Amino acid sequence: MGAVAYDAKVVPIWTGFRSWLLRNGLPFDFVLYSNYERQVEDLVAGRVHAAWNSPLAWVRARRLAAAAGRSVRPLVMRDTDRDLRSVVVVRADSGITSLDDLKGQVVGTGAVDSPQATLLPLHHLRVAGARFEVRRFEVGVGLHGDHIGGERDAARALLSGEVAAACMVDASHLLFSREGTLPPGATRILVGTAAYDHCNMTVVDSAPEEPVRLFGELLTGMSYADPEVRPLLDLEGLTAWVAGRTSGYGELEAAVDAGGFYDLAGRITAEGYRP
Amino acid sequence: MTVRALDLRDVGFDRGAHLLLRRELALLPVGGRLAVADTDEALVVHLAAWCRREGHELLPGDERDGRVRAWVVRGRAGHDRWAGAERAGGSSPAGLVARPPAHWGLAARGALVESGGPAVRFDFDRKETVWSELAPKLYLQAVARQWDPVAAVDWDTPFELPAEIEAAVVQVMTYLVENEQAALVIPARLLARVHPHFREVMQLLAVQAADEARHVEVFTRRATLKGEELGTSSAGGRASLMTLLAEPDFSLASFLLSVLGEGSFLNLLSFLDRYAPDPVTRRIVALAHQDEARHVAFGIAHLEEQARADPAFRGTLRGAIERRHDALADTAGINADVLDALTVLAAGEWSPAAIARGHAAVQLLQTEMLEGRRNRLVRLGFPADEAADLAALHTRNFM
Repeated sequence: MGAVAYDAKVVPIWTGFRSWLLRNGLPFDFVLYSNYERQVEDLVAGRVHAAWNSPLAWVRARRLAAAAGRSVRPLVMRDTDRDLRSVVVVRADSGITSLDDLKGQVVGTGAVDSPQATLLPLHHLRVAGARFEVRRFEVGVGLHGDHIGGERDAARALLSGEVAAACMVDASHLLFSREGTLPPGATRILVGTAAYDHCNMTVVDSAPEEPVRLFGELLTGMSYADPEVRPLLDLEGLTAWVAGRTSGYGELEAAVDAGGFYDLAGRITAEGYRP
Repeated sequence: MTVRALDLRDVGFDRGAHLLLRRELALLPVGGRLAVADTDEALVVHLAAWCRREGHELLPGDERDGRVRAWVVRGRAGHDRWAGAERAGGSSPAGLVARPPAHWGLAARGALVESGGPAVRFDFDRKETVWSELAPKLYLQAVARQWDPVAAVDWDTPFELPAEIEAAVVQVMTYLVENEQAALVIPARLLARVHPHFREVMQLLAVQAADEARHVEVFTRRATLKGEELGTSSAGGRASLMTLLAEPDFSLASFLLSVLGEGSFLNLLSFLDRYAPDPVTRRIVALAHQDEARHVAFGIAHLEEQARADPAFRGTLRGAIERRHDALADTAGINADVLDALTVLAAGEWSPAAIARGHAAVQLLQTEMLEGRRNRLVRLGFPADEAADLAALHTRNFM
């Protein structure tokens, strides 16, 4: 399995899961990647059987596989990967109350490849007819928004007046509100996207069937009541692994097409994107 | 289906809504539903993110009742997290367990301990090894009798001593500082290895270390009250103390230090109280004496309980004395400068008759120390003749 080393905690998480999976009869090992692009290329090429993918990496894996005459599917996902929303936030006293008011204003986003803090909210605004400038806060390019730094920088820029609006996922808005990065009453949610899904464990059809089946069965069988795996689940941010589904990626596919991030064959076409 | 309702009014997650939600959800069974009303505009966005992370399900609000913004269906994560939890014994000493597990770690005794977590290895984790029923009481006494070295001693009391008497005081103080430093390091090392389940023992050892820290301070202060220069430190004296530091076993370290070493020091401090040539010296040795008496009491109480429970334990104690004696057989033992200084203090002056008196007093001191050790060994259940033999094997360095 491939996983992207977006944070040091990835090592204890997958080392812990690896021990548990081995003990439960699955021959399992993992490889760490510095970015999602190489991970999905290796997945489709069969160098790894499974990839712990961001939603954007899922979109690319699906396209690359289709172009190569293969197929991929989401084996499992975290319970916390379902039905996320992103929001566009403005200062409470800004006078921006509709999408029309964004005209000529600057919208702050996360990194160029962040589905939740850039691609999805910008697509949502554009489909709704809004016209605006974009200022990206590029932290952790290649990590598909796993690094929260860009969103936090955008939120700070919103408060300081550098940008008129900032994009972020609902969980980051909750975090920034609770920790005081966004002081109570200082900001207002202008608009939210539709619900979408986040990461999934992508498997490629060339992978051997039985270990993949067992992998899915063991992951979904992990119990939050098990004191050995609970700290790992806490670190990875889930309480249960659930079945993978493809229904939550339609908006991101559309955003990728509209913004020209990847072409239909999965080639990187985003301007200036160097993971 | 159990249903409850919560009106958060205008309080959002940026102002503590999660506390109110947790409290209500805790009253529901897994699968129970909570209707949430609130006027905070970010509520539904925040509630969705919060429920996801906490493992609750979020359902849309009620169309018939516009005030209900969302329904939260209690998930099982909170229940599962605490399903395997256990109490770490009871908070009072009656709730002690014989051997607390390593994963209780630093948890307060009596706390509800979530299962899992790191196993912290405290090597003194058996009640029979570390516990004494007297520990809670002695700890309270120890705390109540802490004294402030600045306030408890009148450092400005005017006095002048002949230079050679002052030098004898300085030499004895130099020796005391060295020994008290050993007496500080040993309980400090031991306490870091005691499972915190035995809280009162850990606390008592901490106060014991703090006691010694004060002793080090007052003896240093007296040594430098009239001049800068300290006395000598002999290789044999330091070798004797090093054998105390080398003892890895909790009970044996406590035995050698508290029962034999500090026990002998009680005699020494009484001697200095009697022959102190100035009020400052007399005051600080009296203060140190009351602390050391407490340390000896804990050591004896703890070992008495062990010896009662395990008759073979006395053999282990005897082995420790013999090992230490063998290790020190080729060393000089006490610093000769210290014995001379004690003689001069007891003499009070340099006439032959006075020196002879002083010499006799130091011999009497050593006899009293020997008697004290013998009596304490008898208290631990040694037959009188064996106690006398073992008492004689104690280091010549006193500590």
